Amino acid sequence: MDKKANVVEKEAVVIRFSGDSGDGMQLTGNLFTDESALFGNDVATFPDYPAEIRAPQGTVGGVSGFQVHFGKRKIHTPGDYADVLVAMNPAALMANRRWIKKGGTVITDVDTFTEKNFLKAGFKTDDPITELKLEDYNVILAPVSTLTKEALKDSGLDNKSILRSKNMFALGICYNLFDKSFENTFNYFERKFGKKPQIVEANKKVLQAGYDYASNVHALPSYRVEPAKIEKGKYRSISGNQATAWGLLAAAEKANLPLFCGSYPITPATEILQYIAERQDLGAKTFQAEDEIAGICTAIGASFAGNFAVTTTSGPGLALKTEAAGLAVITELPLVIVDVQRGGPSTGLPTKTEQADLLQALYSRNGESPLPVIAASSPADCFEYAFQAGRIALEHMTPVILLTDGFIANGTAPMRIKPMSEYPTITPRFAKEGNSNYQPYGRPSDGSMTREWAIPGTKGLEHRIGGLEKMAVTGTVSYVPENHQVMTDERQAKVDQVVVKVPDQEVIGDASGDLLVVGWGSTYGHLHDAVDELRTEGHKVSFANFNYINPLPKNTADVLGRFKKIVVAELNSGQFANYLRINFQQFEYNQYNKVQGLPFTVEELKEAFKKYL
Amino acid sequence: MSEANINVQQYTAADFKSDQEVRWCPGCGDHAVLNAVQRAMAELGKPKENYAVISGIGCSSRFPYYMNTYGFHSIHGRAGAIASGTKTANPNLSVWQITGDGDALAIGGNHFIHEVRRNVNLNVLLFNNEIYGLTKGQYSPTTKFGKKTKTSPYGTIEQPFKVGQLTLGAGGTFFARALDNNIKHATQTFIEAEKHNGTSVVEILVNCVIYADQTHALITDKEHKEDRQLYLEHGKKMIFGKDNNKGIALDHGRLKIVTIGEDGITEADVLTHDAKNPDPTIHMMLSNMQAPEMPVAFGVIRSVDTFTYEKALEARIEETKAASKIHSMDELLNSGETWKVE
Repeated sequence: MDKKANVVEKEAVVIRFSGDSGDGMQLTGNLFTDESALFGNDVATFPDYPAEIRAPQGTVGGVSGFQVHFGKRKIHTPGDYADVLVAMNPAALMANRRWIKKGGTVITDVDTFTEKNFLKAGFKTDDPITELKLEDYNVILAPVSTLTKEALKDSGLDNKSILRSKNMFALGICYNLFDKSFENTFNYFERKFGKKPQIVEANKKVLQAGYDYASNVHALPSYRVEPAKIEKGKYRSISGNQATAWGLLAAAEKANLPLFCGSYPITPATEILQYIAERQDLGAKTFQAEDEIAGICTAIGASFAGNFAVTTTSGPGLALKTEAAGLAVITELPLVIVDVQRGGPSTGLPTKTEQADLLQALYSRNGESPLPVIAASSPADCFEYAFQAGRIALEHMTPVILLTDGFIANGTAPMRIKPMSEYPTITPRFAKEGNSNYQPYGRPSDGSMTREWAIPGTKGLEHRIGGLEKMAVTGTVSYVPENHQVMTDERQAKVDQVVVKVPDQEVIGDASGDLLVVGWGSTYGHLHDAVDELRTEGHKVSFANFNYINPLPKNTADVLGRFKKIVVAELNSGQFANYLRINFQQFEYNQYNKVQGLPFTVEELKEAFKKYL
Repeated sequence: MSEANINVQQYTAADFKSDQEVRWCPGCGDHAVLNAVQRAMAELGKPKENYAVISGIGCSSRFPYYMNTYGFHSIHGRAGAIASGTKTANPNLSVWQITGDGDALAIGGNHFIHEVRRNVNLNVLLFNNEIYGLTKGQYSPTTKFGKKTKTSPYGTIEQPFKVGQLTLGAGGTFFARALDNNIKHATQTFIEAEKHNGTSVVEILVNCVIYADQTHALITDKEHKEDRQLYLEHGKKMIFGKDNNKGIALDHGRLKIVTIGEDGITEADVLTHDAKNPDPTIHMMLSNMQAPEMPVAFGVIRSVDTFTYEKALEARIEETKAASKIHSMDELLNSGETWKVE
């Protein structure tokens, strides 16, 4: 392939691939992402697909999208708006109009511009470009279907199979547009369709045809995004759900315990169960339970038996697991509960993102029922926080809730591969065989409050646990009023002690100033970019992103107290802001909230924060 | 450790009693079942530390506190799921689920049918007293139609579950029935349950002296019990009755009572119990027999060997490990597509 002579350098670019659910847009996006990452760009992606598996073809409801943000600088988010929109039909144009950057490029398959498709997509006229006010945009009306058929006319494939590869034509256009090589994509065809050489050839041919088309029409600008300066090392692309699953597997390995995952499929958490199920080679056991309750209960049973037990779910599932989570609290068994948050309440918006389960995670159980809550903030750091959730659960004998959400769970980003030797060994406090003085609820003198874990099958440690209140030390059933107070206080003190594992809260930007932007979990990338840009514009603004929610880092009050104003930005109606109000009443908290099932945009954040500057 | 390596231990029932005071009502059938389980475990001779007794909520679910084994008194209805997790996590344990008619068949109904379907190797002791005792007298899923209870002051309008029918309907490989006032037989039935590979459901007819006294009287009263209780043994004729001359025969696809020596009936006409027949048809009919028309069947009604969930999982894990190139997290993290940034 020839390299272009005159190319414009760009810092970063956002492409949004969109089409019918069956058009293969997720694959197209992933292939583009892999080429970019291998070239050395930093990347972040986000898929956007309908809740329906096959919504009616050609309708806005059936549009599936995949956004990739790649750059020569650090990329924190999949990007607000697309520099380039690939729309494979009128419905995709209609659905994504709002996501095109002003004056951006639109590549669309003009062969799909039929009266029937306009009608299905909800257009009132037969001129979608004018109707969507795209006249001033760089619109490429490419005859994608026709040229795909043309390229494959001698292939011997039937019409349906031929049209299935038109996404590769669009991908070819994009490779040309961004001056990319595509060896990796060709290798993918060989790997994927190696047994069907006809298909391999067809895909290569169509991709090349798309690339050549873009060269020939000259209507397209030519961009180049140089490799980013990224920390040296070996990388792999990973989604948040995959990273969560692998982080849990890593914790099991460092604890030298089998991993047991009892779960029930639920969007957008299902893939964690799937990724763990793939790892029987690492000894992981998955139990696909009959319901959410059985998911957590089988995990509790496995924890009782001495496995590292986890259960994975989303908001509605966490609601169902609540009673059993309380059982894990009172029996003081290690357990990680992963909640991949989605839009609620009830079934809500299953495929959309939200941060509105924070208070459910903290407070949904009956009685005084504290447990540690931590939150991941990017697809790649789901690995780290899943690992830490396991470490806390196992070393402190407590259930832990790990919060991620649909945005980072489905999004992908490069993860630097650290050797496992760089992770700490996890050392649960096991009761030893032959300890004739074993007390199930005895607390050690080191202040950690962690009871000893006695595993069934160990001689001489037979004991009973359960959901009834325990007598301190002995663990027998007790209704003594003063004992209930003691045990309530001990359970709280144990969770408070987890703070020894919580690193001090970091501040991005100066340690003091006019405004502190506070966020938690997955809004990290957008808030980071917004604060960066405001600082570049000269504002005295800093950013604190919380991963440890309960307990909060020791220096939280100190961090909050160094700024004239605080604004808490989150994808709910103000749950973390209220949590901070309860914990640190001395400060005044402003809020910026959004509940639309969508991530923040950097643009809206900047506008919101400027009000406080 | 494998079963073969375990030395048979010398225990008495007393070794399985905990130091906790038993708090069931005087006269409650649960006392007898506790006794029978402790005797069964002593007789089985497995190391005491390998037993895990796991219960839900209800009168009978206090059971683990009275056992000097590993025990877990959990939450209402969930013992089946917790026990399934424990056994799957460590197949070397002998896991006993203690549950009642409300715990297993109302709030825990879903877990019950699924543990049976999966055939996890558990012993499920289902104490059926046909009433909610711990909440003081409301009807349960096995309460007889029309019975007046605190929540059915004018009589229930619900059809009760039959435990055997439900177990077999869910694909159960083992179903047995025992009676609280026959400790010796219950003990042997529990031993049979432990020996079976798979989910062993034992329905124990238990008398609640406070809220459902004499609910099983039709079967247990002194005058009729020999005529209304049929004790089944695999390979033996289905013979019962005061004079030991009644039998169960198959007539046009239905079970009926015949009397040996009358109408030309001989022992040869009486059915021989085949608990190991994979076809559950006769087992279903036997477990459905109700007094006073028919005797109620006790003992092991069905016991069919097949693979168990936890063993199948372990076998698959071993196969996967042997075939896979990935044996550690480092290998996993470095597998597939990776790239270097210099």
